[in-house]
Amino acid sequence: MASEGCVEDATGALNMEDLIFARMQMGVSLVFHIVFACIGVAMPLLMVIAEWRWLKTGDDVYLTLAKRWAKGTAILFAVGAVSGTVISFELGLLWPKFMQFAGSIIGLPFALEGFAFFTEAIFLGIYLYGWQKVSKVQHLLAGVIVALSGAASATFVVIANAWMNTPTGFRVENGQPVDVDPVAAMLNPAALPQILHMDIAAYAATGFLVAGIHAFMLLKNKSNKFHRAAFAIALSVGASMAIIEPFSGDCLAKMVAQWQPVKLAAMEAHFQTESCAPLQIGGLPDTEARVNRYAISIPCLLSVLAFSDPNATVKGLNDFAKDLWPNIFLVRMAFQTMLACGMAMMLIALWGLFTYVRQRQLPDSDLFLKAMTLCAPLGFLAVESGWMITEVGRQPWVIHGVLKTADVVTPMPGLFVPFIFFSLLYVFLFVIVVWLIRRQVIESPT
Amino acid sequence: MPIEILLAIIMLIALNFYVLLGGADYGGGVWDLLSWGPRASKQRALIAEAIGPIWEANHVWLILVIVILFTGFPLAFAEISTYLHIPLTLMLVGIVLRGSAFTFRSYDSRDDAVQRRWGRTFAIASTITPILIGIIVGAISSDRFPVIRSNFFKDFVLTWLKPFPIFVGFFALSLFAFLASVYLTVETSDEELRNDFRLRGLASALLVFVLACFVFLLAGEDAPHIRHVLVSSVWTIPLHLSTGLCAIGAIVGLWKRQYSLARLCTILQVSLILWGWGLAQYPFLVRPAITIYAAAAPEKTLDLLLGALIAGAILLFPCFYYLLKVFKERKAT
Repeated sequence: MASEGCVEDATGALNMEDLIFARMQMGVSLVFHIVFACIGVAMPLLMVIAEWRWLKTGDDVYLTLAKRWAKGTAILFAVGAVSGTVISFELGLLWPKFMQFAGSIIGLPFALEGFAFFTEAIFLGIYLYGWQKVSKVQHLLAGVIVALSGAASATFVVIANAWMNTPTGFRVENGQPVDVDPVAAMLNPAALPQILHMDIAAYAATGFLVAGIHAFMLLKNKSNKFHRAAFAIALSVGASMAIIEPFSGDCLAKMVAQWQPVKLAAMEAHFQTESCAPLQIGGLPDTEARVNRYAISIPCLLSVLAFSDPNATVKGLNDFAKDLWPNIFLVRMAFQTMLACGMAMMLIALWGLFTYVRQRQLPDSDLFLKAMTLCAPLGFLAVESGWMITEVGRQPWVIHGVLKTADVVTPMPGLFVPFIFFSLLYVFLFVIVVWLIRRQVIESPT
Repeated sequence: MPIEILLAIIMLIALNFYVLLGGADYGGGVWDLLSWGPRASKQRALIAEAIGPIWEANHVWLILVIVILFTGFPLAFAEISTYLHIPLTLMLVGIVLRGSAFTFRSYDSRDDAVQRRWGRTFAIASTITPILIGIIVGAISSDRFPVIRSNFFKDFVLTWLKPFPIFVGFFALSLFAFLASVYLTVETSDEELRNDFRLRGLASALLVFVLACFVFLLAGEDAPHIRHVLVSSVWTIPLHLSTGLCAIGAIVGLWKRQYSLARLCTILQVSLILWGWGLAQYPFLVRPAITIYAAAAPEKTLDLLLGALIAGAILLFPCFYYLLKVFKERKAT
């Protein structure tokens, strides 16, 4: 059986269409799941803060809020749990040879994630159904455990993804992994920067989404206590995270520059290898002519950002064979989108902070509330773009430099069927969830 | 004991928990679908109340089984997910619809039509998913798994769409429904409601027996090897004898309204059936070609996985105990 990993099947040559549908199904599943996963990580924090405020102040508006957010968490966690299950199976259903190769190397963080998920599910059950059954302190503690294990789950899953970008902890011999060391695999160079960038992003995106929704409600009635309390908590979490997120992004970019230079070049639409490389803002990458048209260039800044040295040489796409390029246009656009969203969020967060420091009260001017309302979806737009960069930017590899995506796809034909089916299912679930959250969580309490 | 075997045993333990806990949640959905009579809505309410706080934690046992499989035995995971792509995908659809419909029902409007719509989705998905789980177990136990790749139909359809796996599917469904009905008798203090589930428990005990016979007969065609092991090993007689005794204990317990006894015997009976399958499947993970040893990951991975599982168990079992204590203790007495 050992030789199986590298031979083609008797059922026929690799079907390019099936490869594309497999990638799209994986992409759709992740695009869907990541929203629920992020909210599942961050929402429990908001909920626990609300409950803690209630215990401290005795103000019932915080209790209402904690219960509302708990309901939201319940709905989103359930959908996140089942869509996460789908992904754990899809790894094998769509990429069996990837799992055959990588399972023994990078399965461990998934096992740990399983336990974090267990703790989260157990204590969420207690939190949701235990208001009358356990003491107040135990109840708050259950919420804290939910919040912590949610963050731990995300961390373990991101470690596995980071390994695909910077694989460590094994050698390849005759197409098979040998000298497997799962701990070294978990400690891969991308792990820490990716964890920071993703976990902070989850809080920032969720905080902004929730704050933006309540900002919209406040525009109608500024004295509504419920929306003021919700806005204040969500804004504090979202804004503080949005301010520190660019720093984690900088760490991550430096890691990418070192370990995945072709990905960095694609992100920056950087074709020509040069020292004192300029940072380009905007523009349209032309992969035929190998230039980035209509961009604003800032001299030497890319060298500084990537290597902390204005004279550092930044490798351009021209140094890599074209069949090892990811889709430059997609990666570049996703990167620009993520940066723009992140910058807008950071600026508005600083504006809010500045107002708060000066006036010692919740920033609630019409202008600020309108800006927050507009920025509500930006965090998730940035999260989705970020994943686009990570995943599309790694192609054609599934494990960077080791295994190509095209070589691990399942021999199962007709993959457009599950792709269409899961896409429709996810759209349906998304609509229902939005509808329920609107009814159950956001509406002003009577 | 070789570490591969130890991990396979832990995987079976996790599967056992999934069957006893998650399986019963599916069974609850089956009884939701089959709720009838003057207390139909009370039956549904009891089921929802019993499942609500715990189904997500119960569901994680399945994730644990899969994670042990792909970390510890990646070759077996790759084979199963390649050739059982179709039933696995259908099972996933069932899992998604069951979980989300149940949650939507809990949080959507109290309007009857809305509740019925989600309730129906939840119940149907709860009924179909166990059949698919059983089909997958039946498929990896039979001798027809493809060793030589030939064509689409043989590789991806005939691997599971055969009488034996399908009847294993229905057998799994009957076991889950049986578990759920027996558990539900101790979840309520309403005598009439309790009697409803007592009768359902007795009926499903009978169904379990009938389907077990069918599975055994059909194994002659599709899974002769596992059947042979099941009837001719040193452990054959003690295993079947104790399973039979538990089955009788469960029926007598239900009949005489000794519900705690019935529950204990049912749990033992279902677990013994599962372990009997595990023993007969040994040393294979996927019959007829992939053994536990052939599929095992490198030793270092197995050691770390074992360490993680032990640490996880130490962390988790007290939490589980706490969860069940908070929600189940009061009613059981």
